[in-house]
Order: sequence, then C-alpha cells, then structure tokens
Amino acid sequence: MARSIERDEVQRLMGQGAQIVDVLPAREYAEDHLPGAVNLPLRKIEAEALRVLDPSRPVVVYCADPG
Amino acid sequence: MYDYRTGILDWKTAGLPVEGTSAQQPRLVDVVRRDVPTCSLGERLGDVRDRAAAAGWDACVVVSDGHVVLGLLRAAELRGDQDQLVDQAMRPGPSTYRPFVPVAELRGIMSDRHLESSPVTTSDGRLVGLVRRQDVGLP
Repeated sequence: MARSIERDEVQRLMGQGAQIVDVLPAREYAEDHLPGAVNLPLRKIEAEALRVLDPSRPVVVYCADPG
Repeated sequence: MYDYRTGILDWKTAGLPVEGTSAQQPRLVDVVRRDVPTCSLGERLGDVRDRAAAAGWDACVVVSDGHVVLGLLRAAELRGDQDQLVDQAMRPGPSTYRPFVPVAELRGIMSDRHLESSPVTTSDGRLVGLVRRQDVGLP
C-alpha cells in the first residue's frame, strides 16, 4: 500500500534519488511532468514497472490531482 | 512506494519547474508581481490608497488573516470616498488564476474583459501576487 506524501516530502525524496512515476496518459505526460519523471500509464504499470523501475530505490507515483 | 496524491497540479500551483512540451511557454509564475500591496476589510480606504501610492501602486488586494483573497481595489476604487472602509469600496470575489496558467491565456482574458489586473492565487485562494496588463504584454 502506497503512503501518501505531500510536496515537500516529494522534493526531499527527489533529492535522495527516488524514481518519480507519472501515471497519466502519454499525451499528458509529454505536455508537462515533474522533472526527471518517467511515464508509466496506469493501464501499463503492472506490466512495465518491473522492467522500468529499480526495486532498490524509492518510487513516488503521481497523477493530476486527487479529484 | 509513495503516492503524491495532490499531483502535478499541486506542483505547478507552487510554481515549481516542470519538463515537457508546454514547459517552455511563459506562465503567470514568471510574471506575477509578488510585491503588490495588501490590506484588510476594516481599513480606511484613504489609508490604503496612501500606502499603495507610497509603494508605487494604484491597486491593492484585500486579503484575510490567512492571506486568502477577498477582493480587489483597482485605481477607480482607490479614488472613492477616502473615509469608506475597504469592505465597502472593494470589488468582492475577483476572478483569480493559478501560477501555472500560461501568460498567453490570461492575456486573452484580460484583453477581452478589459481588465487592469488579475490576482494570482494558490488552489486554496491564498494570494501569490497580481498580474497587470503590462505584465502580459497589453497596453
């Protein structure tokens, strides 16, 4: 279960080398995304996560907003 | 694993940098004037006008104790009855815009509606600053 975090924690984790994952569709990711974020749309995340992500580093996922 | 629940909208509202094709266009965070004077509802209009003028402004944003935007005093309002209180003179509930809105978008809005200025706020209504016509390239 993922732990909810706020922006300042995201920035701290980024500074520590966390992997930032944008789960929005590719077109939205292309328009803008957090610096250094990779795109793993929700429909692909289960299939691609193990291939794309490093299991030894923290992972932060995000989308547009909680709404 | 961590979930940044408030997501990229929260990130952009804070004025933090993003990457991507739209990241190159200027946004309100790049032009907003954070030094706009502020005042509270119970202040005397004349005192506010004098303070704004001393700071080189002909506008003032009315905010709550928590810095939430309540209204706007543009040049016309500041010229009103100097003994009025701010809450009687102000334009309540102005349209506000987020820091990540493209400058071009607000330029169109301000042009169409003949606006002198527009407050920029966070998603919970707290003042970031004021954008004037000249800040978005309008005469």
